[in-house]
Amino acid sequence: MSRLSVLSTASSIEHVSSNVPRPPRPSILDRNLNKTRVADVSGSAFSFLFSELVQYTQSRVTGINDLERRLNTLGYRVGSRVLEITVWRAESSSKAPKREIRLLPALMFIHTHIWRAVFGKPADAIEKSVENADEYMIVDNDPLIERHISVPKDFSQLSCSSFTAGIVEAVLDGLCFPARVTAHNTPNSQYPSRTTILIKLEKSVLEREEVLKT
Amino acid sequence: MAIFGLWVINKAGGLVYQRNFADGLAQLTSNEYLVLAGTLHGIHAITSRLSPIPGASSGAQVIEGETFKMNILLTLTGTKFVLLSSLAEPSADVTLQKVYDVYADAVMKNPFHTPEMPIRIEGFDNRITALIGNGHMA
Repeated sequence: MSRLSVLSTASSIEHVSSNVPRPPRPSILDRNLNKTRVADVSGSAFSFLFSELVQYTQSRVTGINDLERRLNTLGYRVGSRVLEITVWRAESSSKAPKREIRLLPALMFIHTHIWRAVFGKPADAIEKSVENADEYMIVDNDPLIERHISVPKDFSQLSCSSFTAGIVEAVLDGLCFPARVTAHNTPNSQYPSRTTILIKLEKSVLEREEVLKT
Repeated sequence: MAIFGLWVINKAGGLVYQRNFADGLAQLTSNEYLVLAGTLHGIHAITSRLSPIPGASSGAQVIEGETFKMNILLTLTGTKFVLLSSLAEPSADVTLQKVYDVYADAVMKNPFHTPEMPIRIEGFDNRITALIGNGHMA
């Protein structure tokens, strides 16, 4: 008799534990935004996701330009959110949070803070175009998102970093520096996947810079 | 000690990658390689059912001849990696695992590769070269 009761208790515990729903995870909107500040995602998981993203896009476009434009658009959606959360975190962590209103500090902000937030390391260089006053370049020697991607020969002009260009474009837009941003492969012997993000600023930005100078 | 060649066979038995490293084996035409790979695929399917112990079996893992051996790595998805090496080559198993790693990175994460189709990926070639080189490892 006693044995039976033990059995029934055990089974009832099992019954309860399997049927009680887990406490619901807090909604993404209720979670602390700073909790994930130093958390990393799996590089492999991201590579697979990005690979699918490129494949999905590729099956819906007619040419390389179209593909780059779409990757840019997708990156733009990421960039506008990255800017928002970076600014929010800067506000809560520093005593004198600051919003960049001059061009060069804004570019430095992208080069260092945005790159670190997205890729975990700052970009490798910022350059100013010698020929055109409205062009700036951010250089990444080994772009994280292209680490496992080999572009076939017949797509030679394609740069998957158009996604990164979209992020940069969104951040610049959000800081009120409207620009057209594109990505270009600029390999050298040491860094075969070196990529240049080319920023072509709108005229209004340069005019404002002139006014602010004085 | 030498590594002569590497094959990658897809789950349907098609040869999707073939590359030679050290000299020593007879040179074949690409068609002959395709036939050999298909035959090996069939032999492997038979050996995997020969096990006297019931349940799943890995099938043949090493096939040895007088002058060379053939290590076969069957992955969970059915892709086979085959390494042709000299009998004295001690690191064939380890090398195959590393090739599988490289395959997972450079092939499967590449959006321009179609699964089960021949592998023509520069990044994969380069990383295999870095791994095996000319087949004579120190």
